[in-house]
Amino acid sequence: MEIAIAFCIGLLSACGLFLILRGRTYPVVLGLTLLTYAVNLFLFASGQLVKGQPPILGSGSSYTDPLPQALVLTAIVIGFAMTAFVVILAIRARADLGNDHVDGKSKPKDITKEVEQ
Amino acid sequence: MMQHLPILPILLPMIGAIITMLPWLVNKIQLTRWVSILTLLCNIAIITLLAWQPDTIIYQVGNWDAPFGISLVADNLASYMLLVTGLLAIPAMLYSFSGIDRQGSFFHPLFLFQIMGINGAFLTGDLFNLFVFFEVLLIASYALLIHAGGKAKTQAAIHYVVLNLVGSSCFLIGLGLIYASSGTLNMADLAIKVSVIKGDQAILLQAGALMLFLVFALKAAALPLHFWLPNTYAAASAPVAALFAIMTKVGLYAIWRVFVGIFGDQAGELANFIAPWVWPVAVLTMLVAIIGTLAAYSLRRLAGQLIIGSVAALLFAIALNNPQATAAGLYYLAHSTFAGAALFLIADMVSQQRGKADDRFVPSRPVHNARILGGVFFVVAIALIGMPPLAGFIGKFAIMQAATTTSQMLWLYPLMLIASLATLIAFSRAGSVIFWKHSNAKADEDAQVAWPQLTAVALLITLNLFMVIWAGTIFEPLSQMANQMHQVGMGG
Repeated sequence: MEIAIAFCIGLLSACGLFLILRGRTYPVVLGLTLLTYAVNLFLFASGQLVKGQPPILGSGSSYTDPLPQALVLTAIVIGFAMTAFVVILAIRARADLGNDHVDGKSKPKDITKEVEQ
Repeated sequence: MMQHLPILPILLPMIGAIITMLPWLVNKIQLTRWVSILTLLCNIAIITLLAWQPDTIIYQVGNWDAPFGISLVADNLASYMLLVTGLLAIPAMLYSFSGIDRQGSFFHPLFLFQIMGINGAFLTGDLFNLFVFFEVLLIASYALLIHAGGKAKTQAAIHYVVLNLVGSSCFLIGLGLIYASSGTLNMADLAIKVSVIKGDQAILLQAGALMLFLVFALKAAALPLHFWLPNTYAAASAPVAALFAIMTKVGLYAIWRVFVGIFGDQAGELANFIAPWVWPVAVLTMLVAIIGTLAAYSLRRLAGQLIIGSVAALLFAIALNNPQATAAGLYYLAHSTFAGAALFLIADMVSQQRGKADDRFVPSRPVHNARILGGVFFVVAIALIGMPPLAGFIGKFAIMQAATTTSQMLWLYPLMLIASLATLIAFSRAGSVIFWKHSNAKADEDAQVAWPQLTAVALLITLNLFMVIWAGTIFEPLSQMANQMHQVGMGG
């Protein structure tokens, strides 16, 4: 199970990182979402993986650490809110700047020209 | 009653924010302003009361016991940072009364939520809780950054938001590693456990802690994670940029808490493992800040570069890793926050009076209120350059004095002094172009400095003067605080 989880986390973060480094806002937002998934899984695994045990002390032969579950819950809620915000911001940027590049333009701007104006 | 004091700096701005969001306050701007300024005044009163307590107050939220529940630790360091934030928030809020708060919706609630997040980040005694409060202050800052709208703000916001979201993910990975290897996220508990962790677990823990350092360095805008800062701060509206002056310091505070408090001298295998990293980072950040200061082409960008410079100076204070340096750093932190904020406010007032030239260093029509603006500009410039008699001089001098070994001096002295020289050159250039070298066009008679704007800047300058006059009185508790931090670690 450890290998499967580790593989999932690795794949998700690799894809997430690749997408974050793209130039358009939509892939970047998707990349952030994937990275958040990876992080949530990682946090979940940080309490060590136990199969089929309740997160309550004394109710079974062993127990799952309940704290990472609480942490993941918080992280999911926060990640959800942040993703919603970044989606709205990306749409706003598309409207304000006229394109969906993360820098607001496809070509780098010539700063010296702006100063001379 | 006293034991509930630490939760109030978090609850109070939250309540204020909720009140200012209520539907029947939406179009009553005067009433909203009164509510928010009163909230900030109550906030500062509570913080003063908190700072007055000599002992550390530990508050267990919901009365859950220490390593399981969330604890708030109101020690001297936290109260000091709260005090600096509270004192900065009032002038920043006051400045917005000139009409900036009406340029977009929900300025007041967002501002108060941001204060809540910053206060929470300073008070928390739990690493996961620190993450939560970071997110609170970040989401408020995302929305504040695009307050009043415009192309420049949206563009800066995209970079700022995406970078910080990646930062948040790294933060969580770091927390996961720390929890996996030590079994706790409570700072005091971790400070005890870290001394006995050995072998593989210690390496995992170190990896986690380094991830945290990455995130804090991003927040603090240390090299090479500083690229977002000049754009973001130059784009934000003036009161927001002024408030953001404390944001980089939140990152530095977190570095102090975690890497001096937890991974300090008594951390066993991992004692001071960050030390070899901080020094080069500080040197490089300072170098880039010097180049940036000289290359800045507008007043706001100059202010942003100076913020990076102050971050570098504070990183030096952290890297020196002795009580004297810490005390000096804390003093310099307050000074650079107030003076940096004042420069952002002045830049905004100047740009209002120069038409299309904005705050860029190009000749244009004369500034209408040249005497007043030139005067405050001059005072703030002296403070930021670090010339006597203002607080910048005392702060820089104290940090330099704290260098003990020759190799430290060899790096620190030239860099700090060259930074001061570069700032002096940049300010001379800026001041002479903006206030003296103008075209023959007439000054804009309609552009008048409003009283809330001037009062805000005057307040910040007064704070700076207070810091000079009572420098001895301020240094005394700071030194005690620094001694405590270095002897026992924090929160323990």
